[in-house]
Amino acid sequence: MKSFTYERADTLARAAAASAKPGTKVIAGGTNLLDLMKLQVESPSQLVDINRLPLDKIEDTPEGGLRIGATVRNSDLAADPRVRRHYGVLSRALLAGASAQLRNKATTGGNLLQRTRCYYFYDVTKPCNKRNPGSGCAALGGFNRVHAILGASDQCIATNPSDMAVAMRALDASVETVNAKGESRVIPIAELHRLPGNTPQIETTLKADEIITAVTLPPPPPGVQIYRKVRDRASYAFALVSVAAVVEASGGRIRSARLAFGGLAPKPWRVPQAEEKLAGASANADTINVVATAVLDGARGYGSNDFKIPLTRRTLRAVLAEATGT
Amino acid sequence: MDENKGDRFRVRRREVLTAGAAAAAVCFTGLPVVAQESGRPDAETAPGLVTVDLQVNGQPYVLSLDPRTTLLDALREHLALTGSKKGCDHGQCGACTVLLDGRRINSCLTLAVMHDGQAVTTIEGLSDSGTLHPMQAAFIEHDGFQCGYCTSGQICSATGMLDESRAGMSSYVTKNLAQARPELTDVEIRERMSGNICRCAAYPNIVAAIKQAAGLPT
Repeated sequence: MKSFTYERADTLARAAAASAKPGTKVIAGGTNLLDLMKLQVESPSQLVDINRLPLDKIEDTPEGGLRIGATVRNSDLAADPRVRRHYGVLSRALLAGASAQLRNKATTGGNLLQRTRCYYFYDVTKPCNKRNPGSGCAALGGFNRVHAILGASDQCIATNPSDMAVAMRALDASVETVNAKGESRVIPIAELHRLPGNTPQIETTLKADEIITAVTLPPPPPGVQIYRKVRDRASYAFALVSVAAVVEASGGRIRSARLAFGGLAPKPWRVPQAEEKLAGASANADTINVVATAVLDGARGYGSNDFKIPLTRRTLRAVLAEATGT
Repeated sequence: MDENKGDRFRVRRREVLTAGAAAAAVCFTGLPVVAQESGRPDAETAPGLVTVDLQVNGQPYVLSLDPRTTLLDALREHLALTGSKKGCDHGQCGACTVLLDGRRINSCLTLAVMHDGQAVTTIEGLSDSGTLHPMQAAFIEHDGFQCGYCTSGQICSATGMLDESRAGMSSYVTKNLAQARPELTDVEIRERMSGNICRCAAYPNIVAAIKQAAGLPT
């Protein structure tokens, strides 16, 4: 690990101002950042620790939703009785991620900002446009089993590894930030992560001096909530494909559906046109085929990850069968 | 006094290093030599070091550390508490699991300096004046290990896991998340312990040991 100076932030504004300095990184749980620092994928010259800032509360909002502080631990969020009862898709997605030890440490804000688990991003001896812009992408012609089939570019085919963010995308969460001047901003979660295009090193729409302070959930949506994760082993592995679903249905007919996908793209993936095709439809094989085709519009494999296309169809079918009891 | 205890351990370790292949071993710690001498009176003025108060197994310690020092390295290299193991050093194996303010974490993936003022319990702190913790006794009774390298992490993790279960926490395999206190079945135990890898594959015996410690029929 490269040498750095350590500072404990005593106010949000100071933390935001410090984070704008080149070479400075904000640390909360640190479970991803320190891992990357050990490998020198990240080598900040200064760490600003925000763990002692009062960002660790889960509060009811006047609208009937929840406001989750940025340093609320993943385990605490998953275990909150309100989340377990009203936002089951979020609780399940959190519990699907990492291990209990990591969830006790990892935070809400950090989970949103975690980096890809692309093998080549982690291997500093290999070219990677995300780690070293302009150096090329070793995944394109390499082992790309875990890589994106949607939203990628010829510069980068890395996926976003978060489960939590996929559930939050299905729940239409919004992200609150504060900057060095103390100004706050609300970003719909759909707009937090960027697609790689020609600048895969820029992963979010956050400004340099902006810190995530909270994630707000709207009131619980009606319907069944499901998080289904398909992976190489039963526990403690990243998603090959995951689906966060909120489905209102009765008698096999779907009234409304929200479907967010993980493991497929550089950000949690949601296709409104696909969801519209489900409204008022019965969840039969024909409907599911049409919907899956709409979800996979523009999808392409890169060799080792071709399987993700049929796997997405099958996972979607299983989720809709569970949601409609068919 | 407690500081002295840390110093005594450190000196002993330094002697071992000097007697052995000192140069190579010191390099492997990844820390500048000055950080290893942090108990010296001039340590606090040494450039780049930070002072960290840690309560470890009920004892207060004041350490002067390079900010890069992970909690695991602070425990092993500075306090000579070598029960917590360094397996992968990337949070994947669980051998370094300790309890931080009662909650299980990977001590390899956090910096000691982030935990100033907090309480850490390691495997050395679980037993009570020579009497084994029930989880330790159960691991012995059920032969929950072969080589033993993962065992201290398994036992610390299992202890934290039972506290989570008693607090009513659910897991990915809990069918009804809204259920106040999910039953601790074998499937639940396996899912909740998935952050601890055992290369000897002593898993069936680990599950049996945990069930005994939880007061469940084995």
